[in-house]
Amino acid sequence: MFEPFYISFKLASITVLILFLISLPLSWYLSQTQSKIKPFIEALTALPIVLPPSVLGFYILVALSQNSPLGTFFKDTFDISLVFNFTSLVIASCFYSLPFMVQPLQSGFESLNKNMLEASYLCGKSKLQTILFVALPNIKPALITAIIITFAHTVGEFGVVLMVGGSIPGETKVASVAIYEMVEIMDYKGAHIYSAIMLGMSFIVLLSVYTFNAKHKRKFGL
Amino acid sequence: MININIKKTLHGVNGPMNLDIDLSIKQGEFIALTGPSGSGKTTLLRVLAGLEVAEGEIEVNKSFWLKNNKSIKAKKRSIGFMHQENALFPNMSILQNLLFVINDLELALRLLSLAGLTELQDRYPKTLSGGQKQRVSLCRAMMRKPDILLLDEPLSALDAKMRTQLQSKILALHKEFNTTTIMVSHEPSEIYKLSTRTIILENGHIIKDGKTQEVLLKSQGSQKFSFEGELLELKEVDVIIIAIVAIGQQIVEIVVSKKEALDLQVGQTVIVGTKAFAPTILCPSR
Repeated sequence: MFEPFYISFKLASITVLILFLISLPLSWYLSQTQSKIKPFIEALTALPIVLPPSVLGFYILVALSQNSPLGTFFKDTFDISLVFNFTSLVIASCFYSLPFMVQPLQSGFESLNKNMLEASYLCGKSKLQTILFVALPNIKPALITAIIITFAHTVGEFGVVLMVGGSIPGETKVASVAIYEMVEIMDYKGAHIYSAIMLGMSFIVLLSVYTFNAKHKRKFGL
Repeated sequence: MININIKKTLHGVNGPMNLDIDLSIKQGEFIALTGPSGSGKTTLLRVLAGLEVAEGEIEVNKSFWLKNNKSIKAKKRSIGFMHQENALFPNMSILQNLLFVINDLELALRLLSLAGLTELQDRYPKTLSGGQKQRVSLCRAMMRKPDILLLDEPLSALDAKMRTQLQSKILALHKEFNTTTIMVSHEPSEIYKLSTRTIILENGHIIKDGKTQEVLLKSQGSQKFSFEGELLELKEVDVIIIAIVAIGQQIVEIVVSKKEALDLQVGQTVIVGTKAFAPTILCPSR
């Protein structure tokens, strides 16, 4: 009965992992650069916040479908279809949730004291070492925020998954889509249970983020 | 031996300015770098450290750090750098801050003991006072046993007592490790106590370079006292006028004639001087 939740969580976990690896270098670059193309990259990354999910879903569908160059390539080479399966959900979620990972990390990195980062280079450390051992440990609240919010946001997505994944039980039918379908067939009891779980979980997630951040601030004064 | 010959265009408050430095430094010298704000002192330090780029050459002990626009990265230069403040890693304890540079526990403990920090080694930077933080920063800068130790106004954020304490630590470490030290400072007393050679920078150029005693005494004293202060108030008392002047932490009263007072304006920076032949020194009684 709770399979849609399982799919939602699996999707969110994989998305967080992939997005973290992509966003780490991207947000670091954005936080340190003074290049003229910075606003363009920032605007591009923020697009999923303002675009209707259907627009995003439509473009992803067009880009990945079997008639597109990308879709044809994957079909011919690996015999993988990029739409209406779990892989397509992951790809779509990565676009959809990108700003929720990049923005907290970027503002976290920007808040770091420049002297401290320079000191790390002057201690003979490379950029990567500085990011891993100095920058990241000192932006823990931003890091936790980025990961948790990205996770929660992916669990909560609806429009994009519906368009790109359809609603195939056990494959692409996530919790939010399941609720929608329950309402359609007037299964209000099921919808109530699912919605209450989603509501409760979302609240607990946000509560723990804010509690952690407050504690961390008291402890390290960052 | 260190040879520096660099050029760089800076964008200061008064428009563009050319930093043009040609300098040779002997191993083991303690150099004070001074001059008005915006004269290029900090930039010179940062170029030496590899934090900023410049044209020209930097040669340290026969290896080139900068030549033909090829610059060695900051992390590869044998540099100890001490910022004005806020450069410790808050996520690491004091000892970890030192060991992060090089995992040499023996050296770290020796430095901490020289700086009188042994008891604080497991504390985190947030719980330290400003003076303690700067001492840690100094120890960390020494962890690489650097060829050059660069100090960018290391004591300017501290109060007078802390400053005196830290000055002796800097000197002790400088001698212990026989390093070459360049310190940016505005404090004549600090420069006099620590350095052997003083360089004055103005508008990106060296305008004075010599033994500290000679440079300081020539520019600062001609056998008379003079202090700069701010005129706070002009009080009329009978036929005379009393000027209240703030000199550093002290407020003093100076008698001026009505005619003299005409040229004075409250808020103005004035020079208070005396031509005493034999000044006396008094110990403040407590």
